[in-house]
Amino acid sequence: MSEYLILIYEAESAYATASEQVMGEVMEAHNAFSEKFGSAIKGGHALQPTLTATSIRDAEVTDGAFAETKEALGGYYLVEAADFDEAIAIAKEVPARFGGVEVRPVMVFEE
Amino acid sequence: MPSAPASPVAAAVAEAHRREWAYVLAATVRVTRDIDLAEECVQDSYAQALITWERDGIPGRPGAWLTTASRNRALDVLRRDQTARKYLPLLVEEHVTELEEPSDIPDDRLRLVFTCCHPGLATQAQVALTLRLVCGLTTAEVARAFLVAEPTMAARITRAKKKISTARIPYRVPSTADLPERIEAVLAVVNLLYTTGHTAPTGEALARTDLVARALDLSRMLRELLPHDPGVIGLLALILLTDARRAARTDAQGRLVLLPDQDRSLWNRQAIAEGTALARRALRHHPPGKYALMAAIAAIHSGSPSWQATDWAQIVALYDLLAAIWSSPVVRLNRAVAVGFAEGPLAGLAALDKLSDEPQLAAYGYLAAARADFLSKLGRVHEARTAYSEALLLTENAVERDFLDQRMRSLPDS
Repeated sequence: MSEYLILIYEAESAYATASEQVMGEVMEAHNAFSEKFGSAIKGGHALQPTLTATSIRDAEVTDGAFAETKEALGGYYLVEAADFDEAIAIAKEVPARFGGVEVRPVMVFEE
Repeated sequence: MPSAPASPVAAAVAEAHRREWAYVLAATVRVTRDIDLAEECVQDSYAQALITWERDGIPGRPGAWLTTASRNRALDVLRRDQTARKYLPLLVEEHVTELEEPSDIPDDRLRLVFTCCHPGLATQAQVALTLRLVCGLTTAEVARAFLVAEPTMAARITRAKKKISTARIPYRVPSTADLPERIEAVLAVVNLLYTTGHTAPTGEALARTDLVARALDLSRMLRELLPHDPGVIGLLALILLTDARRAARTDAQGRLVLLPDQDRSLWNRQAIAEGTALARRALRHHPPGKYALMAAIAAIHSGSPSWQATDWAQIVALYDLLAAIWSSPVVRLNRAVAVGFAEGPLAGLAALDKLSDEPQLAAYGYLAAARADFLSKLGRVHEARTAYSEALLLTENAVERDFLDQRMRSLPDS
């Protein structure tokens, strides 16, 4: 088994203006996803928007995200899968109605 | 790969390279579970064949000989540096058996093909890997095929292989549920290889016959491995039917000759007969797929005694079916051109003008060239000249450029 990080990139503006009903649907979609893939999901969180982000480079602290993009990292799932195809099958079902997801294999260090 | 075989042995090795490479490599990957090591061993066994076959004679089944030699070499290497290789990420495989007789080794070529053409890899990487691993071209040859520097191609191939092992792209035939989508990806790679060879995007020659030959080999191999898949049958039909016109596509001076002016007696009748029969078979599948429909269109041209006798109404009808399943602007462009031949240049121009704000066609020289032809037929010389100039700006193949230039010069003075 291998671990993959599924990064959710979505337009923050869409969430800022979303109705309560839309937000409810999004929550429900994530709950349904978590239920369906419960055994594969090793972790996951939603993040506060990038306006709360702080970047640090060479000990210099600055306000804001590392890169300004229309679609920003807004959450992630860490999943365990037998191989790439299985990871992709899971990632295809991650709710991301205002953007998409990126799948990255987790690096494994041997002793 | 030896380019000009000097002896019967060199010729036999070259032949085995072209025909058996994929089989030998796939059978060796079964032992190594590591593509790079398998490639090294297969290369070694071909080099060894040049020497051993010279001494002992050419074996009755060269593929089996090469497979055994490669796999033995792989087992030697694995035994020797077991510890060094222990931490390499290995290919995801269902099962590995170590010492089968060559005749018992399952044909793993499909696994190899599906791994090379995995949609998780960039299209360019899929094509490069297929040429490298399935066709056995050297990195230098793959680089030449795509007119990029060898280090660039080497980096592209290395990156793709690295992704296969670290992202754990599985080395297997996809599940029945995923198969149609994955076959589509494989067909797209072979078709891209073919179209790149059929009309080289840049360069001095119109076609790159080496790529066309590879695409045809791959297409025949897929037919052998997936004999009933209508897409596979359709693509083989399409390649055979289009390539059958090769000898007529350029004149003695290497200038482009378009379909209306081609000497149809130069067309390869054997390829047309085979392609037409396959196209019929592919069309029996309902609904027909895009390669079957494109092959059917090519078959109408092939079956027509002359350009004037072409059944344009049927071609437009086939393009309608094609556009319904494949929303490609190029298909709509070809349909518009067919409308022009079926109903006259004015109708064709109207159909083309509907595509003028299609962003994907904005940099596509064939749209401007088709407009220019219809405008010229309508006697709108000034507009035709502008359209030819536009097409010239967008065309980088030297033979096509000369053709357009010639057309523009032959317009009457306005």
